[in-house]
Amino acid sequence: MAEATHGGSYGHDAHDDHHDHKPGFFLRWLCSTNHKDIGTLYLIFAVIGGTLGGALSMIMRMQLQHPGNHIVTSGQEWNTIITSHGLLMIFFSVMPALIGGFGNWFIPLMIGAPDMAFPRLNNISFWLLPPAFVLICIGLVMGESGSGWTLYPPLSNATYEAGMGMDCTLFALHLAGASSILGAMNFITTIFNMRAPGMTLHKMPLFVWSELVTAFLLVLAVPVLAGAITMLICDRNFGTAFFDPAGGGDPVLFQHLFWFFGHPEVYIMIVPGFGIISHVISTFSKKPIFGYLGMVYAMVAIGVVGFVVWAHHMYISGIDVDTRAYFMGATLVIAVPTGVKIFSWIATMWGGSIRFDTPMLWAIGFLFVFTLGGVTGVVCANAGIDEIIHNTYYIVAHFHYVLSLAAVFSIFCGWYYWIGKMSGRQYPEFWGRVHFWMTFVGVNLLFFPQHFLGLSGMPRRYPDYPDAFAGWNYVSSIGAYISGAAFIVFLYVCFKTFTSKEKVADNYWGEGATTLEWTQTSPPAFHSWLELPKVP
Amino acid sequence: MQLPKRLFAAVFFTVFSLFAELVSRPALAQAPRPWEMDLQPAFSPMKQQIIDLHDLVLVLITVIMLFVGGLLVWVCIRYNEKRNPVPSQTSHHTGLEIAWTVIPVLILVVMAIPSFRLIYYLDRTPEPDMTVKITGHQWYWQYTYPDHGDIDVESRYIHDEDLKPGQLRLLEVDNRMVIPVGKKIRLLSNSADVIHSFFVPALGVQRYAIPGRTIELWMTADKPGVYYGQCNQICGQDHSKMPIAVQAVPETDFKKWVEQQKKAAGNAPANPARMMAAAEPALTTESRR
Repeated sequence: MAEATHGGSYGHDAHDDHHDHKPGFFLRWLCSTNHKDIGTLYLIFAVIGGTLGGALSMIMRMQLQHPGNHIVTSGQEWNTIITSHGLLMIFFSVMPALIGGFGNWFIPLMIGAPDMAFPRLNNISFWLLPPAFVLICIGLVMGESGSGWTLYPPLSNATYEAGMGMDCTLFALHLAGASSILGAMNFITTIFNMRAPGMTLHKMPLFVWSELVTAFLLVLAVPVLAGAITMLICDRNFGTAFFDPAGGGDPVLFQHLFWFFGHPEVYIMIVPGFGIISHVISTFSKKPIFGYLGMVYAMVAIGVVGFVVWAHHMYISGIDVDTRAYFMGATLVIAVPTGVKIFSWIATMWGGSIRFDTPMLWAIGFLFVFTLGGVTGVVCANAGIDEIIHNTYYIVAHFHYVLSLAAVFSIFCGWYYWIGKMSGRQYPEFWGRVHFWMTFVGVNLLFFPQHFLGLSGMPRRYPDYPDAFAGWNYVSSIGAYISGAAFIVFLYVCFKTFTSKEKVADNYWGEGATTLEWTQTSPPAFHSWLELPKVP
Repeated sequence: MQLPKRLFAAVFFTVFSLFAELVSRPALAQAPRPWEMDLQPAFSPMKQQIIDLHDLVLVLITVIMLFVGGLLVWVCIRYNEKRNPVPSQTSHHTGLEIAWTVIPVLILVVMAIPSFRLIYYLDRTPEPDMTVKITGHQWYWQYTYPDHGDIDVESRYIHDEDLKPGQLRLLEVDNRMVIPVGKKIRLLSNSADVIHSFFVPALGVQRYAIPGRTIELWMTADKPGVYYGQCNQICGQDHSKMPIAVQAVPETDFKKWVEQQKKAAGNAPANPARMMAAAEPALTTESRR
């Protein structure tokens, strides 16, 4: 895919004019300061991260297909696989795609800016990720990061996870975190300072709003993770006892710090998707988005409230009952702005003239899986019910519905929507639909039965389980294989797209696509918006 | 008001259960069932209340899901390009926007009231009849009975090759935690190494076992029987191999069991595991209220 992008997208473009000079391969791709090239690098990186994370989930579903399987040979190996799966999918697939990839590509194009505010910072933001990826892989290969992605001490401290692999994993998070913080600063500066004349905040496209909210979440949340894992690294290597009760420390403190980051993190993964879905639904319904201001402030509200609900991940960590009551109330409140968004999307479609091209299929699929993941979130929010579904497969099903399904649906939605704009070539419609329907059937078959497993009491992070859970686990594994096959279809779609000879027009979606990127050529010139557009 | 709700839940589950092969097991052993689609049945008032709240929430979310799904299908049919070639350009409706903010709030309030009541009920019991101290270890559970001469039970899973016919793989243990039926048991959870979670679905209890702090919770069993659960917080390589089996017996049998345990402990004073446990340095213990 990388080859095809390099060779095909920009090389012989009819829209290029002579002053659109591009540097050679080394300077262009390794020292890039161009927001489009860096966006492309992020997208390629996300596909690589997602492929490895997805391969791990295939191993996991093969192991869990029958009770008593021995595909994964030891519990430690299993724990390392689940840790790496979680971290890879979050930090090396969903975030690079939604934030680094689409954010870099389309924030400048949509606000009429020639590039990001700090192009060199943008470069380092990306290049911190590959070494982080290597460190995660070291932790995986050494089999020494078996703490789960939540990294709870004491399991993650030097007594119980002695190897260097755990330290590599923690340093990987430091690097990935630094990358996110730098990227977020760049986004905020760009969005606040580089909008085209006339584009007030309340005229800004929803995708840009979603990236702005996400960038604020990153800047406020990720440093807390960095602090927590720094303390953990010190506990492991330098004899401190921040989280060790024998030295006066507290394991629950780590949980507070981790989830103060971890809960905003889940919104970091889904909010950019909200932006993409809004544009796609509006484009294919040929209607302006319904309740624009409501949509904007719903995202802002989700971001703000997202910071004060973290301990709902800790209902059974022995926190006080009044604390649980507060966090339960605050968590339930999030359902309100989320509902506003769902209903506004449906209202956008209402009265529209809807075309069902592949991006729209993903968007409608998103509405379905996101609503489902949302309502099970309401179940989990009730501390009393959580008492017996905490850490069970119900939780696994819930967060995969919102992240692995909704966030990933929004990534594919954006990919099909914008690939013509980014590469100048159109995807094959038939195979796009095949990809959608296979994924939709596969992931629902994969994750819906996990609700039943969880209600019935199956704990997560188990390489083997009592025989009573065999039935739904088998169904779930079949769903996983269908989803895996769908991913191969996606790789085929990529291949067909990048080898296609057909060029696309500037605005190939027609009247519904009204944002500024559609006034640029497909693909846009190497340097776009040399003259600033005027927004009425 | 209670009746239609329960009726709805009943209908919902009958329809769903048609897909599932419902295997009944003697009421004595409460373990997960093959193809189970709902919470394990209740054998304590706490679990019953959790199920009641879950039924209410499940009805609400099912109605919401059907409503949203129905709207989606409707707009896709009614407003597709062929049936509606000219799109409207409406992008505001203040009344509608207020409605879809206020109505969800009301639904949440309906749910939140019983939910708040539940967490305060589940939290702890004012008058426990007895106390059992739970200590999580890598990878077994230890149950100590401070009110009964500090008898000490170590509970380990049974290896596949040692399983007797009828014993449940990865659920059965060598020594069960024995409690008197109908009594309110105060549990104090703690851990000797990493975090574990004491989780018995049929009785509606779960709490982490965290080193360095003692967490109070309570449970009670309505009927004699064995209630199975599993460690539910990742704790290292044998996380899946430290199940929990709580056996509720009538008061008289419980007393007999206590005597037996005391006698056994007296006969074997040189239990190496216990000696080692005694020799371990005591961890700083912070008691939560």
